[in-house]
Amino acid sequence: MSTASVPLPAWINYGVIPLINLILAFFFSGLVVWLIGENPFEALKYLVIGALGRGEGIGFTLFYTTSFIFTGLSVAVAIHAGLFNIGSEGQAYLGGLGAALVALSLDHYVPWYVTMPFAVIGAALFGAACAAIPAWLQAYRGSHIVITTIMFNFIVSSLMNYLLVRVLIVPKAMAPESRTFLEGGQMPKLDWLISMFGGKLGAAPLNFSFLIALVMCYLVWLLIWRTKLGYEMRTLGHSPTAAGYAGMSYKKIVMITMLISGGLAGMMALNPVMGASARLQIEFVGGAGFVGIAVSLMGRNHPAGIVLSALLFGILYQGGAELSFDMPAITRDMIVVIQGMVILFAGALEYMLRPAIVRAYQQITGK
Amino acid sequence: MDYFDIFISILGSAIRLSIPLLFTALAGLFSERAGIFDIGLEGKMLASAFASACVAYYTGNAWAGLGAGILTAILFSMVHGFASITNRGNQIVSGVALNFVAAGLTIVLGQAWFNQGGRTGQVPASGRFSGITLPGADMMRDVPIIGPLYANVISGNNILTYIAFLMVPISWWVLYRTRFGLRLRAVGENPGAVDTAGISVTWLRYRALIVTGFLAGFAGTYLAIAQSAAFINNMSAGKGYIALAALIFAKWKPVPVMFACLLFGFLDAFANFMQGKELPLIGEVPVQIFQALPYILTCVLLAGFIGIAHPPKAGGVPYTKER
Repeated sequence: MSTASVPLPAWINYGVIPLINLILAFFFSGLVVWLIGENPFEALKYLVIGALGRGEGIGFTLFYTTSFIFTGLSVAVAIHAGLFNIGSEGQAYLGGLGAALVALSLDHYVPWYVTMPFAVIGAALFGAACAAIPAWLQAYRGSHIVITTIMFNFIVSSLMNYLLVRVLIVPKAMAPESRTFLEGGQMPKLDWLISMFGGKLGAAPLNFSFLIALVMCYLVWLLIWRTKLGYEMRTLGHSPTAAGYAGMSYKKIVMITMLISGGLAGMMALNPVMGASARLQIEFVGGAGFVGIAVSLMGRNHPAGIVLSALLFGILYQGGAELSFDMPAITRDMIVVIQGMVILFAGALEYMLRPAIVRAYQQITGK
Repeated sequence: MDYFDIFISILGSAIRLSIPLLFTALAGLFSERAGIFDIGLEGKMLASAFASACVAYYTGNAWAGLGAGILTAILFSMVHGFASITNRGNQIVSGVALNFVAAGLTIVLGQAWFNQGGRTGQVPASGRFSGITLPGADMMRDVPIIGPLYANVISGNNILTYIAFLMVPISWWVLYRTRFGLRLRAVGENPGAVDTAGISVTWLRYRALIVTGFLAGFAGTYLAIAQSAAFINNMSAGKGYIALAALIFAKWKPVPVMFACLLFGFLDAFANFMQGKELPLIGEVPVQIFQALPYILTCVLLAGFIGIAHPPKAGGVPYTKER
């Protein structure tokens, strides 16, 4: 009998299967570590201690987590409508321009809490703008969103490169970056959050964006599961024909979904640009948009799952950085390998073990 | 230097820059025409560049390097196939994953084995594909117009360049004049029909992916041991995606693929040449425009303004045999 149609209880679907996939991904990553002559278990120990051992480590971990929540939500919103937004990277990059323009124009005059809402809107608008053309191409011209969002990652990268090297650069400075924002254009650090648990934030850039990210998780949950639009998005994701018969407008839903997705990706820029470096830097996104794909897949496209998997990737990023200090043979790029393995096993090979698990489950329950 | 000399030198570098694109786009052609999207071209190119540089470094044999590059790319292709054909996983996700694995693994292994910040060791001259002077190139050099074109653009390239251009008619022949090619195109449009005819969709798609790996292996090898003499960290630098753009720009057809790759190669060469120079009337044109142009052109094409590109119908959809 085919196992594909056998329903499994939620705790297996959302707990056991992702966990096993994750273990497989770590097993193969461990194999790489072992191949280059290091002890995988020791590496894992350094990684976890580096990420969670001290207040500063936790601060860095949560800082990365913040970025990944935004990009993970961005990917997830699109996936619910059956769209694969692989352009979160570019949308976040352009979102940085929106946030920076707001910060640069307001930071002289007002305190941060006045700048903040405008910056959120600016970042979201620019991110959404970057998603608008691929969305239009998908909705009205029928071209594949994956292809166009990839193209836009590169187009945005060239555009930002131009703007930073020629326009926004501080006159006579060497580094292609904007001027440093004053206090009025910065997100305050969350020292109090870490001290509540008795730690010290130190130099870690954990900032107010973390709270914005959590609010966005709640809003995305509301949108997807508690609004008419969310219902339409999910219908479209399950069956475009059904959505069509129900009188839902394909073009409208695709446009709105992609604008929201791009907006969420754009907001990711608040974290590094206004929270950490207080200036717009070249390539500041650093792959977080692509990590969003992994985060969303691991988190089963649910905001709660996304927070957890963003935390996992936050731990990997921070722990990976510490690991390369403790074990010089392992470079920081080991994280990229692990990330690839996680996407491979949790995403592309998602159903590899399902038949075996279904059989085991049937045996245990005796059905 | 007069304008003609400048033109010749840009043309020469355009050819050199379009070769990796050409191999990769042809590689993508086979998998996409068989109905398997391949975002992972970039990763295959990178992994095979690394493998070919390593093997060429240790053996000093360029052909051994090429073999290693091809095998590595085929291996990556097979993982992609295992995920997207056998396990019916999402092809885009699998491609993204493989790109990450390749990007990370090449640096991690490179650093562990060579300890040069992600570079491999310098490949000796015998381990590289160097330029071949075609017969009569020196004699022809002084003939006006045709001479420099022959001596500097057509002659003097390495063997892989000629193989690349040879692959274009071969790909066309395989796709349009052989039984394998007919079935391959059919499986990308309507796998159900192919299955009904009693042909294994799975095996056919796997074979298409082997061809993809084979061609992508050439692309990586070209980057590592023909164009340069070592693997450098992230040396594919988005070329896999430009090749993908070229493939779409060429509407998934072999001969147009060649012209699209030459066009994108030319844009790249022109951008390099224009760096810091001024055009009459317009002034200095930012190089970033040229860098973005392949992608912008592809989007304009996709918008339907330069004819319509029809992707293979079954692309991206895993095939489930009826039970």
